[in-house]
Amino acid sequence: MNDMQFLTWVRGTGLDIAVSIFVLGVLWRLFEIYSLGRKPDLAAPRSTPGASGWNTVFRRSVPPPGMMKRSPVSYIGGYIFHIGLAIVVFLFAPHILLVENLTGLSWPGLPSQFVDLAAVVTMAAMVVVLFDRINKPVKRYLSTFGDWFTWTLTFLPVLTGWMAVQHLVLPYTTMLALHILTVELLLIFLPFTKLFHAFTVFGSRWYIGKINGHKGVVV
Amino acid sequence: MSASLEKGIRVLKEVIDAPMASYFSSCVHCGLCAEACLFYTETGDPKYTPIHKLEPLRRLYEQEYTLLGRLGKLVGLSKPVTDDELEEWKELVYNSCTLCGRCSAVCPVGNDIVYMVRKFREGMSASGHAPEGIIGAVNRTVTIGSPMGVKLPAVKAQMKHVEEDYGLPIPLDAEGAEYMVMLSSMEIINFPEYLAAIAKIMHQAGKTWTLCSTAFEATNAGMQIGNSDLAKLLVMRIVDGAEKLKVKTVISPECGHAYSALRWEGANLIGRPFTFKVQHIIEVLGEFQEKGLLKTEGFETDKLTFHDPCQLARRGGVINQQRNLMNMIAKDFVEMPDAGYMNWCCGGGGGASAIEEGEELRMEAFKKKKSQLDAVKPDRLVTACANCRIVLEEGLEHYQMDIPVLGLTELIAEHIPDQTSTKGA
Repeated sequence: MNDMQFLTWVRGTGLDIAVSIFVLGVLWRLFEIYSLGRKPDLAAPRSTPGASGWNTVFRRSVPPPGMMKRSPVSYIGGYIFHIGLAIVVFLFAPHILLVENLTGLSWPGLPSQFVDLAAVVTMAAMVVVLFDRINKPVKRYLSTFGDWFTWTLTFLPVLTGWMAVQHLVLPYTTMLALHILTVELLLIFLPFTKLFHAFTVFGSRWYIGKINGHKGVVV
Repeated sequence: MSASLEKGIRVLKEVIDAPMASYFSSCVHCGLCAEACLFYTETGDPKYTPIHKLEPLRRLYEQEYTLLGRLGKLVGLSKPVTDDELEEWKELVYNSCTLCGRCSAVCPVGNDIVYMVRKFREGMSASGHAPEGIIGAVNRTVTIGSPMGVKLPAVKAQMKHVEEDYGLPIPLDAEGAEYMVMLSSMEIINFPEYLAAIAKIMHQAGKTWTLCSTAFEATNAGMQIGNSDLAKLLVMRIVDGAEKLKVKTVISPECGHAYSALRWEGANLIGRPFTFKVQHIIEVLGEFQEKGLLKTEGFETDKLTFHDPCQLARRGGVINQQRNLMNMIAKDFVEMPDAGYMNWCCGGGGGASAIEEGEELRMEAFKKKKSQLDAVKPDRLVTACANCRIVLEEGLEHYQMDIPVLGLTELIAEHIPDQTSTKGA
């Protein structure tokens, strides 16, 4: 298989397989989680402004008082790489073009130099949080194979995408094919690893907000 | 698999619900919950990371309720939950967790960790892995009626004392009273001032109230150990008493978990809404204050601070009332760092104070409270939970800190003009 055939495969069959597993996986996981349901709360509710599921979905994006100081790397590193990933994935013109070709939807992108910078900053932040995971006793203690694996799964698409754009190490075609392949791996594993928090984070925040909101507690 | 383990696993499978599945699926192992837990911050031992305290439950969830987990179990790839493991987890689920809920307050993905620990205890207790200290309290509650072995005659004796000392009647089983007042064993034995305070406050407010001979104990060891059947039985005693006496409101005493058990878990335990209201005494006082039914005179002039009981503030949403009440009677009321919603636990909530072998760890964790107190250097410490009060006193003694601890209700009552001689003053 030469470079062109490789690229054709990842763009065709490979993408089909990955997207199918991703879509079915996400739907299945959402079903197996949320179909468990929960019992209605029979305690007399107390209402307090701001105490609700939806409020908490947003509020939890902000660190509670005192916490930033206790774990700055988690918060600052976390913000940077999440926002960086969002920029790189959704605001890079070729990515938008791909979505447009697939779905017809389109939106304005950012200049490629800016996205380039965002990719570098994102990778730097990811390396920092990785070191923090190795360095901090609690994070190291909690870490399992899944943590190292998902870090790699997330890092590789950014790295290969950036290298493809920069024409580094490998010919563009090969690097682009590798980039698409790593994205496909990410899609395949996302529903079945901790990366699935990308979906459940909204449900979890809503539940804690709702359950505590019933008590009139703003969480 | 032992019969008790089998039972425990069955119970755990029953308590797993959608919120829990969502929480376990959202955890990214960021470890921020550890930074919120005084058992971690004061010991630096990562095993006290709150989410780690749920590890056996998480695996069970994965093995029973996820496709991949079930496949793993089928081909023998997953590690089953064992008795040895649960025994090892006993320290993490009971001794080093006071159900204070700080972890739940900080989790960035919104995991309600304390919600899960509370449910995990159901399985721990069913599989026979609850600590001796709490089992003892449970047994006394079942056989005698209260965790500290207090019976009705002890209550009656105290009623008599208060009536003699203050000249105020203490009604018992008065049908149709507006309020039914509950007590905690701790108050009956250690803090009799509480009952006197209630009598003075109710008298001034002109409210009818009563104690109930079949339901005076508000604490709920069933909730602490994680046995919903028992917790239900204890709540039912109160419900029966309140419905028999046709009261409008049942008042939870200065006891954090009693309030949670009755106010938030109660109706869910018995499977139907209550026909009466439940309020913590601090909520009642706050209401009286707002309506002008609570009139005090004079001020404390020394420096006072307030320790928020977790179940009242963070878990119960009562945060402003105690501050308004403190300001009503104190000239120099200062707040500790993190006071209010994010206050640090005394270290003995959720049944932990009943666990003898957990004492050393509790004292270690108390360093957090010590640092909060050191920051403001109060002359006296006020709280609104008899259990916090005992634990605080133990901790203060251990660290040789000379700070008296008192209950807010009795402090308020001290500022109510003597009504027997100066009625209407």
